[in-house]
Amino acid sequence: MAGNIATRAAYGEALAEFGADERIVVLDADLSKSTKTDVFQKKYPDRHFNMGIAEANMMCTAAGLASCGKIVFASSFAIFAAGRAFEMVRNSICYPEFNVKIGATHAGISVGEDGASHQMIEDIALMRSIPNMSVISPCDAASARFAVKAAIEKQGPVYLRFGRLAVPQIYDKNATFEFGKGVQLKEGSDVSIIANGLMVQYALEAAKILEEQNISARVIDIHTIKPIDRDIIIKAAKETGCIVTAEEHTVVGGFGSAVAEVVCSEYPVPVKMVGIEDQFGKSGNPYELLELYGLTAKNIAAKAIEAMQML
Amino acid sequence: MEQKEILSLKRTATNIRKGILKATCSAGSGHPGGSLSITDIMTYLYFKEMNIDPKDPQNPDRDRFIMSKGHCAPVLYSTLAERGFFPKEDLITLRKTSSYLEGHPNMKSTPGVDMSTGSLAQGLSTAIGMALAGKIDNKNYRVFVGMGDGELEEGLVWEAAMAAAHYKLDNLICFVDYNGLQIDGKITEVMNPEPIADKFIAFGWYVQSIDAHDFEQIEKAVENAKKQKGKPNMIVAHSTKGKGVSFMENQAGWHGVAPKPDECERGLAELDAYLASLDKEEQ
Ligand SMILES: Cc1ncc(C[n+]2csc(CCOP(=O)(O)OP(=O)(O)O)c2C)c(N)n1
Ligand SMILES: [Mg+2]
Repeated sequence: MAGNIATRAAYGEALAEFGADERIVVLDADLSKSTKTDVFQKKYPDRHFNMGIAEANMMCTAAGLASCGKIVFASSFAIFAAGRAFEMVRNSICYPEFNVKIGATHAGISVGEDGASHQMIEDIALMRSIPNMSVISPCDAASARFAVKAAIEKQGPVYLRFGRLAVPQIYDKNATFEFGKGVQLKEGSDVSIIANGLMVQYALEAAKILEEQNISARVIDIHTIKPIDRDIIIKAAKETGCIVTAEEHTVVGGFGSAVAEVVCSEYPVPVKMVGIEDQFGKSGNPYELLELYGLTAKNIAAKAIEAMQML
Repeated sequence: MEQKEILSLKRTATNIRKGILKATCSAGSGHPGGSLSITDIMTYLYFKEMNIDPKDPQNPDRDRFIMSKGHCAPVLYSTLAERGFFPKEDLITLRKTSSYLEGHPNMKSTPGVDMSTGSLAQGLSTAIGMALAGKIDNKNYRVFVGMGDGELEEGLVWEAAMAAAHYKLDNLICFVDYNGLQIDGKITEVMNPEPIADKFIAFGWYVQSIDAHDFEQIEKAVENAKKQKGKPNMIVAHSTKGKGVSFMENQAGWHGVAPKPDECERGLAELDAYLASLDKEEQ
């Protein structure tokens, strides 16, 4: 679709935009044209290092650079950044609390044709479970740009989750965001749809579907998954009485779980989750896959009604 | 090798190359470059060397092949189809939502695929497990592996290299498709893994270097490897990425980009012309 921009493209642009800061060093693992760190590389070739197909080494190298005062962006596909190098990220980056920002692209099932081996649908669960780690998963270009800026400003490790697929713009180019603060996109009183990443657009569509059935749905985008905005979640629970979460990720331990953890401990109300149901993905057209795995506005709307029926 | 047999293998390899073009073109994505560079090795293994039966793909005594560089699924599928594991017509369903031909090899969905791969370097390690099981069970099967030269940059490869030599896995025969290119450019410029042969020698492997597109050299190397006792085998196969399709040869840009329909037609025409030249040679 014209006007659609992939969050990974916005990531590359933002790196180049904020790259004048001499402390910034960017590492990649033979995927610079796909992760878009090549945009930074063209502008600042002396501060971009291709580490080859060696993600584990890249993460520990990033830790070492950060120990010497650098702000390091280490990029690869999410499956390799969060998956293959998990233990390096945990022990060499998060434990010493280094200023390493993991720019993970090609997250989620919308990777499409490459198939299950490349569709990272467990990274939110993995990354948010590590102490000291922050996790930001933007839904469009403007929030992706913010994510990069927030990562530079935030002291300590940050995991940035970007997608391959071009997505519509939810926010105005000049919209402002706050690290750790969710955004209420639409007011509503019957149910709250709390969404993340690519699912935010479908959450807004779902609210329209519900509107036709005289159901007033609140829509919230939570870009910072960790630390999560507890206030906006508790307020939604109190004011709308039930919640649906939507994520392009497994429902096991992911974004929905993060929301449910807050709801359960602070103000228990029904929470239904839209996400991938404990299974691997497969190859295919991204839009067909989103449909196949129920990552749709229709499914969000259906779960919203289910949540309301639990009251 | 007799001339007639060489011609027959060349024909088969060319048909496999045609399948790679058709499949990736139909998918609109996928990896033709590294598929075309390892095609002759795959052809030799599946049509001359390996003890396999398309009617019995799960036979516990069969030889195994692991495509450790799983992005080269197109050549694996085209070879398996050519060998009769599934219909050639299905190749054009590659990467489609309804297909059993996943973007990267999935052993649970595709007959003849011996290991699910796609994350580089893990294939070699799984091959070590298979070779070790063969030793434990006193079986005679061999385990063949196809790797990329860029893939060698992964640290896991060298953990595997150490383990294979340590356990004297002489039933393991591995090929490095030495095409000199990875995604971001030349392997020597991105992250140099050279000298490749010397490294494996230092790790205790029996190493041979060959031309990846010469069937007689492939045969000789495999025969040598089979005679070796006590060491894992590495065949460093100097190749041309995109081999057989002139505009794809030695171009990093064709690593992970599918040919458009007109490009596919042009490529197929080149391969058909080559097939015709083989017919002429035969007469
Ligand atoms: C662990 C891992 N990291 C990164 C990738 C992404 N990737 C796919 S192919 C490729 C380059 C492979 O180059 P090479 O091994 O030389 O393959 P060939 O030239 O034979 O195609 C990369 C980096 C991957 N599949 N697995
Ligand atoms: Mg290569």
